[in-house]
Amino acid sequence: MVNLLSKLCGKISPLSIKEYKESGGFEGLEKAIFKMSPKEVIDEVKNSNLRGRGGAAFPTALKWNFVAMENSEDKFVICNADEGEPGTFKDKVLLDGCPFQVIEGMIIAAYAVGANKGYIYIRGEYPKSKEILISGVKILQEEGYLGNKILGKDFSFDIEIRSGAGAYVCGEETALIESIEGNPGRSRFKPPYPPNKGLWGKPTLVNNVETLANIPVILSIGSEEYKKYGTESSTGTKLLSVSGRVVNKGVYEIEFGTTLKEVVYDICEGMEEGKKIKFVQLGGSSGACLPESLLDTKLDFDELRKLEIGLGSGAVLVVDDSICVVDFVKNATKFFDHESCGKCTPCREGNKHIIKILDNLTNGEGTERDLKLLNEIAMVMKQASLCGLGQAAPTALLTTLKYFEDEYKNHIKYNCPAGTCSLKEGVAINV
Amino acid sequence: MTKTENVLRAIEEAGNTEDKLIEVLLKVQERSRENYITENQLEEISQELEIPLSKVYGVASFYSLLSTHRRGENVIQICNSGPCYVRGSRNVVNMFESALGIKMGEVTDDGKFSLEFTSCIGSCDVAPAAKINEEVCGNLDKKKIDEIINNIREGVK
Amino acid sequence: MSKVDINIDGINISVEEGTTILEATKELNIDIPTLCYHPDQTIKGSCRVCVVDIENQVNLSAACCTPVWAGIKIRTNTKKAREARKLVLDLILADHNQECLSCVRNGNCELQDLCMELNIRDTKIEKINHKLPIDDSNPSIVRDESKCIKCGRCITACHDVQGVGAIYNVDRGSHMRISTPPGKKLNEIPCVYCGQCINVCPVGAIYENNDIQKVWNALDDESKHVVVQIAPAIRVSLGEEFGEEPGSIVTGKIVSFFNRVGFDKVFDTNFTADLTIIEEGHEFLHRLNNGGKLPMFTSCSPGWVRYVEYFYPELLENVSSCKSPQQMFGALVKSYYAQKNNIDPKDIVVVSIMPCTAKKAEAVREEMNDSGYQDVDIVLTTRELGQMIKESRIMIKELPEEEFDNPLGISTGAAAIFGATGGVMEAALRTVYEVVTGEELSNIDFVSLRGIDGCKEATVKVGDLDVNVAVANGLENARKILDMVKEGKADYHFIEIMCCPGGCIGGGGQPILGTNEIKEKRIKAIYDIDSMSKLRKSHENPVVKALYEEFLKEPLGEKSHKLLHTHYSPKS
Repeated sequence: MVNLLSKLCGKISPLSIKEYKESGGFEGLEKAIFKMSPKEVIDEVKNSNLRGRGGAAFPTALKWNFVAMENSEDKFVICNADEGEPGTFKDKVLLDGCPFQVIEGMIIAAYAVGANKGYIYIRGEYPKSKEILISGVKILQEEGYLGNKILGKDFSFDIEIRSGAGAYVCGEETALIESIEGNPGRSRFKPPYPPNKGLWGKPTLVNNVETLANIPVILSIGSEEYKKYGTESSTGTKLLSVSGRVVNKGVYEIEFGTTLKEVVYDICEGMEEGKKIKFVQLGGSSGACLPESLLDTKLDFDELRKLEIGLGSGAVLVVDDSICVVDFVKNATKFFDHESCGKCTPCREGNKHIIKILDNLTNGEGTERDLKLLNEIAMVMKQASLCGLGQAAPTALLTTLKYFEDEYKNHIKYNCPAGTCSLKEGVAINV
Repeated sequence: MTKTENVLRAIEEAGNTEDKLIEVLLKVQERSRENYITENQLEEISQELEIPLSKVYGVASFYSLLSTHRRGENVIQICNSGPCYVRGSRNVVNMFESALGIKMGEVTDDGKFSLEFTSCIGSCDVAPAAKINEEVCGNLDKKKIDEIINNIREGVK
Repeated sequence: MSKVDINIDGINISVEEGTTILEATKELNIDIPTLCYHPDQTIKGSCRVCVVDIENQVNLSAACCTPVWAGIKIRTNTKKAREARKLVLDLILADHNQECLSCVRNGNCELQDLCMELNIRDTKIEKINHKLPIDDSNPSIVRDESKCIKCGRCITACHDVQGVGAIYNVDRGSHMRISTPPGKKLNEIPCVYCGQCINVCPVGAIYENNDIQKVWNALDDESKHVVVQIAPAIRVSLGEEFGEEPGSIVTGKIVSFFNRVGFDKVFDTNFTADLTIIEEGHEFLHRLNNGGKLPMFTSCSPGWVRYVEYFYPELLENVSSCKSPQQMFGALVKSYYAQKNNIDPKDIVVVSIMPCTAKKAEAVREEMNDSGYQDVDIVLTTRELGQMIKESRIMIKELPEEEFDNPLGISTGAAAIFGATGGVMEAALRTVYEVVTGEELSNIDFVSLRGIDGCKEATVKVGDLDVNVAVANGLENARKILDMVKEGKADYHFIEIMCCPGGCIGGGGQPILGTNEIKEKRIKAIYDIDSMSKLRKSHENPVVKALYEEFLKEPLGEKSHKLLHTHYSPKS
């Protein structure tokens, strides 16, 4: 565990600008706007190798540069605080623990890309975080960190808080933009990408909360110092949200390069008493399910790519062997069926049919043909869906079909090894 | 407050532009005793913001925090996402259902409670969890659930 | 725009930067399957039937919405792409009511075509049983959600093209539907019945309320005197239902068909189009000379009339009080024609063939019965006429050309052009000019008012006055002009508004799929009819002149007011 990004969370009073400044707050911003040109700021972020923490791991400076290069009167910076990926609660820790750090990151981003207006899109399920943000923005407006001529410089930027209303898909940047525009959050096809044509058709930078929280750190300690954290390919630290059957659940900051085994057994002190690990789902409901044999995998973008998986939001759900894989995947697929925006065919229709087939399996009516069809539907969703939601929705299914194929096959033979799905007599589960 | 006042006040607070539709809907619902937006209110919002009624409905039905059906005075939302599922959210569902005598998606006869599912509420460290109105309650078991319901019934905050 | 070099299926080709894969493949004669894509609409990218393989990419890309880039290598016919398209189609089919044999779009369905073309034989995905109610609450449009494939084209037509917004996406995920506000039917919301949603629907989820049987019943009833009128746009588009080139003129064959199946008289709406010009022209001059409400709007498009009643009630006084040609025709048949031929109007059945679904609702408006009887009894769309002809088994292509009956079958070129956007205005100007100045108009072709542009305008010197006119087609275009009028920013005197894009030739009852390309061919045919006509000004129509002498006496006179004019009321 390290203490770089989250060092102030829980240490200072979240809305005390005095405490924030005494702890080094706004050093990054002041350095940026008094001593650096926007281009130099982007170069500094580029040199840090920071990659987006929302899930896609896109190089942050590259995104910033796309927006900076656009010639437009209006540009927007949006903080994506629609933390909806199940099992993820690390953005809430930052927003509640140190909102000024996130906003400082936004202001620096705005300075770098030439934006004059910002939005924080906070999920509706976090009403308290929203109140903190509203107060935080107000304080910063009063203190001259937001509004016209920030800190006396010829740079103006203000922030509006917008609330989500219960839609996972709005974590996808174009769906989020649609939502801010007052529409249902249905993803747009890309390109055009938001940096070129985003909110109201204007160049728009959308960054995740955690990504933005990294910015003041990089600026204040410098990118060279920052790069000392993590690995060569994955610099810095990552907030993990650990849940499931481990002893210590919670949000932990780790350096890239830490293994899942270290997370589960060292940081979280292992499994709860009497529980045996079955798999770890990495990156939330849209993430891969990794069997125990892969726990030595390092949390590092390149290492994970070799396994064709992603770190996603950094959620780590530790699942024990009392859970039936088929039933687990069915539950995850119900989530996607509920959260799909309904726009594109594979996602709208695919989830529903996967659930039907998994129902067959847990009812003892599954066939070999069902397994083949499951794979085909999952693949068409992954390959042909319009946005990341549909593309990632079948990840749990595909990875469990890969690593737990026997358990699916067992269900065809009327046998649930875990004994917890509806195949098992006496355990009536109807959800 | 009459319904019209409710809508007008929500629009005054959120702003009278098309992009504020979701904020307006949230505010109108927030002030509703039964936690939903009525058909009349949807029509009034449509007129005030000059957005076709079909779209106002479309938006209201898209977002799961918004409801166009009457709900209980107290909305209990049980998380059924992965982390809570792994820690027994189905038992939580059964316990709430039997304690209230209703099924998921229903409202109690006295209008006091409604039961719903919710996607992850970010309280996975205290799974299984549920949201009771604005409050998150974690590590739910039978004792806690009975306590929650009794407290509400008896008006304890 | 600069060019980029790309490779499709091994062939190098250079295309404009920003070209989509779909457009680029067309240049190589590769026909990528599409479903949500419509050539005249904004791209949706939602059905995913058009996916193609791109080298070095794990996922497939939708051809309709992916622009090419320099060096891109596209494979349109890989196993991965073919199988994905099939499975996507299979997923759509599982959710689609497959009662194809009794479907109105049987034989003209994009989903059917794709299933055939993509070699769908056995479907893998389990069907979902549909029990969705059919909305046939109104005289014009029927919605059958069980057939809807959620492509969203109807929403684009309703919201973006027409600015009406009657239907929208409701709910999300697998529950997402395209619907009116839940609990409300089309007749309970501000739907203008234009039917543009029908024209763009790839399947049979939206269609006109079918009235063919009513016509057969009338023809079978010996006590009835059945007369028929056909609108200007029908003759240039019906041929498409029988495989003729768009823009083929089939007037005489239609007349011939009607004679064969036993209509007592075959008349022409063009006659009352000429009459409309006389009445509307005089109404305009009356307003101009007597300080009446200006600008004056035309009133022949019932979708537009419904629209103004719903959305701009404050402008109702600006709408001409003239009934539409369809309604003037019905009123005259049941008064003038009935008297002249000594037929009891109660025994007359007036059938009209219209390019329009809103005409069905117009016919049953309460105020449309000034002769004491409902002006028009049955309205069929162009598509329904096509269906009726097929049902009759008469091979219309082989029929001889016959002439309309007298007297209500005589018309001028000015009436013919009512079928295209700008036509009513052009026809009116030809007459107004000559009525006011008493001089012959030297050039009667108002070319600047023609064509499918959404908004057009012109200034015409009529005597001492510069008359500013505007023309809009498609209600979203109309809205722009209406807002200007409302805010007092427009100095127009006379404005023609047609509800449907392109005017009546693009009406909601026209052959499907009427793309802009096809509409332009229909429009050309309309102006060909005009230029080939001996008489090209409405006031030169000899039967119209006789009608005034024998019956109406004078434009805007007492009889005209009773029979040919109407009123409108705001709808909330």
